[in-house]
Parts: sequence; C-alpha cells; structure tokens
Amino acid sequence: MTTATATTMATAANRKAAEQQQSSKATPHMIAEWLDIGSVDQLPALGARTLPVRGGKEIAIFRTANGAVHALLNQCPHKQGPLSEGIVHDSSVTCPLHNWRISLLTGEALGEDKGCVPVIPVKIDGGRILIGRREALQGMA
Amino acid sequence: MQQDTKPHLVVVGNGMAGCRAVEEILARDAHKFRITIFGAEPRVNYNRIMLSPLLAGEKSFADIVINDEAWYADNGIALIAGDPVVSIDRTAQAVTSKSGRTEYYDRLLLATGSDPFIIPVPGRDLPGVISFRDMDDVGAMLEAADRGGDAVVIGGGLLGLEAAHGLTLRGMKVTVIHLMPTLMERQLDEAAGWLLKTELERRGQTILTQADTAEIYGDGKVEGVRLKDGRDIPCSIVVMAVGIRPSTALAREAGLEVERGILVDDHMMTSDPAVLAVGECVQHRGQVYGLVAPLWDMCRALADSQTGNPTGYTGSVTSTKLKVSGVDLFSAGDFSGGEGCEDIVLRDATRGVYKRVVVRDDRVIGAVLYGDTADGSWYFDLLKKEEDISSIREALIFGQAFASGGGALADPKAAVAALSDDAEICGCNGVSKGKVVACIAGGAQDLDAVRAGCKASASCGQCTGLVETLLALTLGEAFDGSRAVKPMCKCTSFTHEEVRAAIRDKALKEIPAVMQALSWSTPDGCASCRPALNYYLLCAWPAEHREDPQSRFVNERMHANIQKDGTYSVVPRMWGGVTTPDELRAIADAAEKYGARMVKVTGGQRLDLFGIRKEDLPDIWADLNAAGMVSGHAYGKALRTVKTCVGSEWCRFGTQDSTGLGIRIEQMTWGSWMPHKFKIAVSGCPRNCAEATIKDFGVICVDSGYELHIGGNGGIHLRGTDLLCKVATEAEALDYCAAFIQLYREEARYLDRTAPWVERVGLDYVKQRIVEDAEGRKELRARFLHAQTYLQKDPWAERAAGAESHLHRHIAEIRPFAVVGGAA
Repeated sequence: MTTATATTMATAANRKAAEQQQSSKATPHMIAEWLDIGSVDQLPALGARTLPVRGGKEIAIFRTANGAVHALLNQCPHKQGPLSEGIVHDSSVTCPLHNWRISLLTGEALGEDKGCVPVIPVKIDGGRILIGRREALQGMA
Repeated sequence: MQQDTKPHLVVVGNGMAGCRAVEEILARDAHKFRITIFGAEPRVNYNRIMLSPLLAGEKSFADIVINDEAWYADNGIALIAGDPVVSIDRTAQAVTSKSGRTEYYDRLLLATGSDPFIIPVPGRDLPGVISFRDMDDVGAMLEAADRGGDAVVIGGGLLGLEAAHGLTLRGMKVTVIHLMPTLMERQLDEAAGWLLKTELERRGQTILTQADTAEIYGDGKVEGVRLKDGRDIPCSIVVMAVGIRPSTALAREAGLEVERGILVDDHMMTSDPAVLAVGECVQHRGQVYGLVAPLWDMCRALADSQTGNPTGYTGSVTSTKLKVSGVDLFSAGDFSGGEGCEDIVLRDATRGVYKRVVVRDDRVIGAVLYGDTADGSWYFDLLKKEEDISSIREALIFGQAFASGGGALADPKAAVAALSDDAEICGCNGVSKGKVVACIAGGAQDLDAVRAGCKASASCGQCTGLVETLLALTLGEAFDGSRAVKPMCKCTSFTHEEVRAAIRDKALKEIPAVMQALSWSTPDGCASCRPALNYYLLCAWPAEHREDPQSRFVNERMHANIQKDGTYSVVPRMWGGVTTPDELRAIADAAEKYGARMVKVTGGQRLDLFGIRKEDLPDIWADLNAAGMVSGHAYGKALRTVKTCVGSEWCRFGTQDSTGLGIRIEQMTWGSWMPHKFKIAVSGCPRNCAEATIKDFGVICVDSGYELHIGGNGGIHLRGTDLLCKVATEAEALDYCAAFIQLYREEARYLDRTAPWVERVGLDYVKQRIVEDAEGRKELRARFLHAQTYLQKDPWAERAAGAESHLHRHIAEIRPFAVVGGAA
C-alpha cells in the first residue's frame, strides 16, 4: 500500500515538473527558474554526468543517442544504485547494480519492476544545459 | 524384387539441378522410380552458390551440403560419385561411365550444368590458372591463399567479384581484370557499378576495367598476367571467371538436338522423349540461364510431368544478389532504358544508397538497388506480376512500406502478408512464401523447424526476419518467437553465432554498423546486447577496434568494481599472487590516503581496497602505478588472476616451478578481454593447493610434465575441470593455454563461462581443436598473441594520465552563496 501511494505521488510530481518545463519553454525570459550548469558537449552521447546537490544527493543528467537531455535523481528506486553509471539506451537507463530499467522521461521503472525516481526539469538552450534552479539549489529530499 | 519392376531413372549430374529434380519427384511420388545418380565430383550434393561464402571462410563444407549420404540411403538412391558418364547409347538406353560402368535407363535426366569459359590466351594451361566452379577449385584457391602472394581474377562479373572477395579475406592481394567499362555490366547500371568499384577499391582490391588480357606468363607455373596495353601484373594464381557455358558435349555426341544448350520443351524433355534435361545445361524457348532461381521452376515442371500432372515451365525472370559481405546489391529485369521508359532514381549519399526503378507503361520492368536492398523482392514481385503501379507511382521509389500508405510507421507484418504466395522468400534455396507457409502449416512451429523442413533461411540467413514474420502471421498467438537456439536479445532475431559471423563476413567494425546491417529492432540496442557487441567487435578486429565506453558495464568503464553504496573497490595486479614489501607498503599507504574502509585478501591471491570514491580513482591508480603495479582487471570479463602455490622452489612436494609458470602465464594473458571472467591456477603437485581443478584453465605439475585442465568453475554450479591433455614442457603449457583462451574468446557466447561452454561444445571438440589439430593450435595461439599486442596496455595508467577524466568528475558543483551578515 505504502509503496503504491509513494509511486503515485512521485509520478504526479514528475508530471508537474514536466509541465513546468513546458511552461518555461513558452516563456524563455523567465531565466530565474533555470541554472546553467555547463555546455552540452560535456555530456557524452549515451552517457551521463552527475551534479551533487544539498543534502548529499546527486542529480544525474543523461544524454540519449538522438541528443535529448534528461535528468533524474541519481538513485535507483530499487536499491539506490547510481543510475548515472548505467547503460543508456533509447529513452531509458539500465541500473548498474541489478539491471532495473528506468524511463528517462517519467522516472518510472519499466517492465516487471515497480518504482519511480523523481524527474528533474532540464533543457538545452544555446548549447548550455539548464537545470531546474529550485531542485539544484534546495537539494532533493 | 519389387524394386526391379520400377522404371529406372538415371541422373547424370549430382549437382543442384539433378538432386533438386529428384527431390521434387520424390515429394510427389516416392515410389515411382528406381534412381541412380552419377556425379563427376567425389562427394555428395552441395549448394554450389555457397562456394563463395566457403571460399570467404564464412561457411564450411558441412554447412553447404544439401543432401548428405543418409538422404541417398533413405531414398534408395544409388550414388556413383567421382565417376562421370562419358557416353550415352540412346538405342540401347544405356550410359557408360569413365570407369566402364554401364547402367540401363528407362528415363535419363541430364543435369550436367555448365563449364567455366576459359579465354583462349597463351598460358591458360599453366598450373595456377584456376576456374571457380566446384569444391576442387575452392581447394586450389585456398591452398594458393595459404602460400600468400598476389592473385589476379579475370572477370568482373558476379562470380569473379565473389572470388576476389574471398581471396582478399584470405589475405591475398587481388587485382580484378574486367574487359568492360563497368563491373557486372549485365546486372548493374553505370552508377551502381561505380559505387561497387569504389567500395571494392576501398577494401584494398585493384580493379582494372577496360582491361584486355594478352597472355598469362610463367615458367612452369603462373607468374603474372600481361594486358594488351602492355601493363604487367605479377601474381601467383589466376582465377578465370569470365563466364560459363552450358555443358552439352555428352548430349551433342549422343545426337540430341543442341544449340547453345540442350534443347528442351516446356516439360524439360529433349528431342528424345526418354531423355530429359534440366538446369544450366538446357536451352528453353531460346534462353539459357546461369543463375539458380530458374532451376527451381524447371525442376517443378519436370517432376509434375513425370508424375502425371504436367504443368509446364514458361521461362524465368531472374534477379541477382551479390554475395560479397557488406555490399548490398540487387538487380532485376531490364534497366537499359530507351523509348518509353521512365527512370525513378533515389540517391542518399550519406547512407550510400542508390535506387533506380525503371517503369514502362505503368509497369516495373527493371530495378537496380545498391546499399539498401530491403525492397528488392517487392520490386521483383511487381515486375514478375506486371502489376499496374500508377496508383503508387509517386511513392514507389521509397519502398513498399511507404508506398502502401503507412509511411515510416507502416506495419512490416502487413507488408509480408501482402506478398503473393509465389514471392520468393529464400533466394539461396529457392523457397517461395507459399512453401514456407505450407511448411509452417505442416507443423513447423519455429525457425529451426522451418529451416529443417523447407530450407528457407538455412543458408545465408538474410531472410530470417521474413521467415519469422511468416511464422507470426501463420501461427498467430501460437508463435512465441522462441527458438531452440535463442536470439542474442530482444533487439534482434539473430543468435550470438549469427551475429558474430555477420561481424566477420560483412566486415562490420562498429556497433551502429552491426545494428544497421542486422536490422536491430531498437535504435541503440539494450544493456544486454551492447556490451556483447562491443566484445565481439574487439575480438574480431583487434587492431582496428575503437572502444565504446557507453557499451561497457560500469565496472569495465570505470576499471574498478562498483559496490552497493556507489563507491568502488580497487585490486592491483600481483603476478602469480607474489608480492614484495615495497608493493605492500605502497598498498598500505594508498589504503590510508584514500580512506579505504576495508582491505581484504581475495580468493585469487590479491588485495582488495574497498570504499574508494570514483573521484579518487585516477589518483590512487597513479600512486599504485608509481610503485610498479598495474590494474588487476578484477572488475572485467577478462583474465582475472593466476593463482599459484609455491612449487618446487620451496615446497618439499613440489615437482615443477609452479610459481614461475603462473607468473609467466599471467604475463602472457593479462589484459585480455573475454566472453566472461577467466581464472587460472597452477599447482606444483597433485595435492593441488592452488585449486587448479575449479578454474577455467588449470595446470597441475607432475614429475613428467604438466597436466592441463579446462572448464572448471567454483561458482553457483560447482564444476570440476576436464583433463585436456598432458604436455612435457613449460613452453607447451603456455602455448596450449594461449590457444585454449583464444578458442574460448572466438567461439563462446558473451557471458558464457568456460564451464557451460565446454559442456555445450563437448570436451572432444575442444580436444580436437587444441590437442589434435597442431596447425590450428598454432594459429589460435598466434591470433591470441596478436590481439594481446593491442590489449596489454594498463588502463589505470591511461586514466591516471587524464584519459576519460569526465567519468571521474561531476559536471559541476554548486557552491552555496555567501550569506550577507554572516548569520548562519
């Protein structure tokens, strides 16, 4: 029961994050929402880099084959494995510890597995990686 | 007794046509004839069109046998192989063979095929001039290739280019001499011919077009070819592949009507009603054929009429595919252009694609495809059916999926469902869609059963996807896609073995190229196939391989073992498990400096430092390097450790220097990537203190030499080793070890330990390859040592020097803003 509720809440939060991303795209001048963390060519294709945030956790920023950039909390919902070290394929990442497959779009575990990891708003603007300022500065609970 | 009362069918020719005709007759009426087959070659019936893959090393003879000895026996067929028929007495209805054997016939079937055409130039009889027609020719070419040197292929048609490709793969420097301005001018237009020429030149062949041979010269054997324009090309063999012509001498001498080929009617009957003829030796309605496809139709017509249900053969429209790996090329019909013809052309330079479809009166009359031949059978089908294409004219060139309205999203299943029953699925074995479907309906429930049942997809495998789609369409829910031999992963229908063969044959060198060539169903694979592909590529192309870090599991990408808390463990190499006070001091210093939370002695006689942060890895490696230590590869599908006991140097029971041998083995094998982790041990006497009998490769020293053991495993499934053999010297022990590892590297599936692999292929097989085949062992060892020249680079030193530094650093750090007023 508890797990199911947590999953739903996390998904709802993710949807909200995605909406925020959308709305900020519509109003590019509201730069205050975003934090520039570096140029996009620092991200290897089909790879990931990490950003430590307050509270000791990390955000993992992924880049897929077609150049899309996604960010998740760097913690597999299964046993907290560092997703940034997994293998990225299509729009998912396979956790290096026990091969759970996590969607980069929704943060949800794919296939048989159940679980969800928070999605962090991220976008590319002029070759720079912009990440959600609030998540980056306040850290992740 | 009953046998003698049946009419006697004598077949002259044990090739594809003769045997196919017999198969077709047997399928209709297994008891109609008593059958005798004469063959000029001393072997059973094999697939002649697969000689090219055989030459290229992509197939073995066993792979290309169509009917083995059991088939002849089971069907009561008398095979007289290696004894060609030399005369026919039509009055007595008898044939006589070279050895003097006479057989009387009620029906005679001539399937003599064709002879290679040898151009009448001086020197054509010199030893070293080879045609490309049968197994003996391939044998002669392989022998020449073993000696090395240069080869000249005369003839830039289908056969010549396949010969040139095979010889190039076999290591010869090949020059192709072609009389016409473009290669394969009968099958290709100029543009496609040029693309082909460029591609072959890129692969190292020299292509001379408009080159006319004046003579082949040499003193007692071939030494070179001189062209009419004076150019001189030194070489040690000449392959004559300018063409073939129907083999008609026997029929002509017997007084049958012969023009270019033996004349036959629509039921494959010659001018003598008791004599039939089929295959490349015949001339039907003015046509002679040199390709395999018409033969299937001829044999059907022949069998129909011989079993009382005459249907008649009306001629064939042929298409061509080139069996040169990595070159996708298809052509069919007429593309010479001319009055009333319309060309539709598509070029895609970045993909190296050229497509041309020729249309007249709203019908497809010809097609040339280069680089993307997926729609070949669709165009060929439209052409044969003479379908009106006016409604799809605009989209025609983009292929079937697009033209049938779905654009990029079109359902490939629907496309296959739309194919007509007589659309060809398997070009190698001439199997139509109708036959595949019938085979499935007759009980074949999976790919392997279809391959066994109707031979579709059993030769080159290009049509595997089509066959699987037909399985899915025919069986619906009942088809679960599973096979006795599993595909590599859900991204592909090919097995590990098929993928590895394709990497080799098609000279695929990068992961995207493999996925492209084998039609991966996912854009960039998955966490299961990418590491496997990376391994297969590095194993196949040691010199050229470019590492793809994103296709490595985290441990191999980071060169350390990830732990459950995200930190890493670090294991420096200790050769043979031997260390020194200096090394120990450096390890102790490093453990303190980088805060290792635990130091543990491993099962493989090494020290493991736990709790190292990924940011610190390059620094700890630099420190360990400075003390002379390199990576222990404790994290890899790789040579892990060579465990030893102290041996004759210290132990009162020791029989040999097990420690020294272990160190030498480790020095030879370290750095080698494998299908899975690989552990070695050397024990100095049968008391076996190094536990060599649960290792992948174990040596047990005895007074008289070294026992070599393989395939042991101490993991989930405990398995003791098998004794491979005993050798007398340390040098031999090292050689056998290298050869065994290479065999495992080349043939085991990724993530197969040696134990399940040895169980699958059998100890006898490994013995045959490593112990009995001395020459093969030497080659395996040489390939291993060659690969090692590229692999024995310490990855830690490279990282410590700054390589891939982004893997060890965060992309950025967010520093808290200073709080004004200092109140915190």
